[in-house]
Amino acid sequence: MSATLIAQVAIGGLLMGLVYAVVAAGLTLIFGLMDVVNFAHGALLMVAMYATLLIHRATGLDPLVQLPLVALLLFGAGVVIYRGLIARTLSVRVNAGMVQIFVTFGLSIFLVGAAEFLFGSDFQSINASFLGGRSLAFGAIILPWPLVASGIVALLVFLGLFLLSRTEFGHALEATREDHEAVALIGIDRDRVFGIGWGIGTASVGIAGVMLANFYYIAPDVGTNFALIAYVTVALGGFGSIFGALIAGLIIGLVEALTALFIDPALKQIGIFLIYLAVLMIRPRGLFGHL
Amino acid sequence: MAGVVRGTLAARRRREVLLGIAILAFLAVLPLGISNVYLRGLIVLALLYAGLSQAWNILGGYCGQISLGHALYFGIGAYTSTLLFTRLGISPLLGMFAGGLFSGLAAFLVGLPCFRLSGHYYAIATLVIGMMAALLAANWDFINAAEGITISFHGESWADLAFRTAILPFHYVMLAYAALIWLIAWLIEGSRWGFFWRAVKDDVAAARSLGISIYPSKLAAAAISGAATGIGGALYAQYVGFIDPESTLDLSLSVLIALPAVVGGIGTLWGPLLGAAVLIPVQQLSVAWLGSAAGGIDLMVYGALIMALALARPEGLVSFFQARARKEAAGHG
Repeated sequence: MSATLIAQVAIGGLLMGLVYAVVAAGLTLIFGLMDVVNFAHGALLMVAMYATLLIHRATGLDPLVQLPLVALLLFGAGVVIYRGLIARTLSVRVNAGMVQIFVTFGLSIFLVGAAEFLFGSDFQSINASFLGGRSLAFGAIILPWPLVASGIVALLVFLGLFLLSRTEFGHALEATREDHEAVALIGIDRDRVFGIGWGIGTASVGIAGVMLANFYYIAPDVGTNFALIAYVTVALGGFGSIFGALIAGLIIGLVEALTALFIDPALKQIGIFLIYLAVLMIRPRGLFGHL
Repeated sequence: MAGVVRGTLAARRRREVLLGIAILAFLAVLPLGISNVYLRGLIVLALLYAGLSQAWNILGGYCGQISLGHALYFGIGAYTSTLLFTRLGISPLLGMFAGGLFSGLAAFLVGLPCFRLSGHYYAIATLVIGMMAALLAANWDFINAAEGITISFHGESWADLAFRTAILPFHYVMLAYAALIWLIAWLIEGSRWGFFWRAVKDDVAAARSLGISIYPSKLAAAAISGAATGIGGALYAQYVGFIDPESTLDLSLSVLIALPAVVGGIGTLWGPLLGAAVLIPVQQLSVAWLGSAAGGIDLMVYGALIMALALARPEGLVSFFQARARKEAAGHG
């Protein structure tokens, strides 16, 4: 096995890890803000991928051009989900935690069913995109452009989230997360902040969906696997920590790629599983989390 | 005062047993009046899920630990009994208890790291472990990987717990299973353990100050719950005659095991039975009526139903009856 091959696989893994990190960032942002785990997160990734596919088929717009559009669409979906479902679960007095779990699970099943009903369960893909088929060569290391672009966009998302945290809204977000009853006293509307938080969380997953649509198959249950990886990423990075999600995503992408290379592509998730078990045993709060 | 409380408690528990016997008698004669084979199968499945969900309820309801990975215990029970039967010729009548033993042990082992977590962290840990196990099983050649195992049929027999044309035997097998798990839950409710677990669920700090050791309590609940689920998995394998990772280890199964208790009333004696009676027919009929015509609508109905019931009745369907009972009691007082 040549060093070039290992380097190529490792860089590819890190780039894929950045995509995992963006999916996980959306999940951990919502969790950190309001202690709600979104079990429909994978389904929302799937929704973003189908949205990209449909817009591409209808208008011919390249996925890259669609980025802001789909992000906005998913932002809206997040706000609607918060207003329509999550806000209601927050006012439940008995079994509140259980209600949150099963409401988001129900939503996930509903969305997967809707996709199956509308588009069938066959795998689909975007065949002709601007990035598709192009690759980038660094000497002997050759990387597909869709993956490289996904990594760059992912880094931009994290830059955006970082800049957001320094704005006034970011401070309101932080304050609401600390104590959502006290912030009401200084005139911050909890529902507004939570709603926008959901919007940003789902917009992040939407951006990941657009970039994945460039090179990944699209099917109703495509989100399941990404959601599983996102839960592990969030657990490794620390629940609620955006920076943790970035580092954990990179680690998981790298481990996954190297397991596939050195052990067996069919067992690439074993490496991720072992990481998860290690986190569970050694550091349950994750790398950068507070439990 | 304490005597009065104990008196009403004993009376309530006596009433529960009487009601249980009445329901058992009703369910025992129910299939005799039904000739429709599909409907009978539906009832068999509802009884299985009543037992499975009661098993989940022991950990999720009484002890308050929401597990999203119970398919793992179901799968271990199904695979243990099936492998013992197909490879070594050991009767499932024994195999199901071996399955229960292994799945109880697995639940205990999963609990060791996971019970250091709480709330959502615990739910996610069980979900991840369950999904990972499904992935591993689908790649494990010893258990036929994703292809699954078919249980060959050598004639109707109670000794092998094998029936293909007769539906009545499995009706009584599943009824006995559901009744057994109900009885375990009933015994737990009245025992010191049940008291411990409810205390752990309601207020961890208060439970600790009462001298209850939280961690062993949760482990015990997990082991019992896992073992009870594993026996159900073994029975399912004999009923269907075929198992694979998708039908015995999938996340959707973990959810389906938990849902009857959630819908009927989490942490209650009657919730899982009531939830299974409502949910399983709805789920199966929507698959049968809508699934074939237009794939996906069945899932949409199922998902919408979960959201609606969880939001509308967080305390479960059983609360309809409790509210009436309370009103009557108030009227008498």
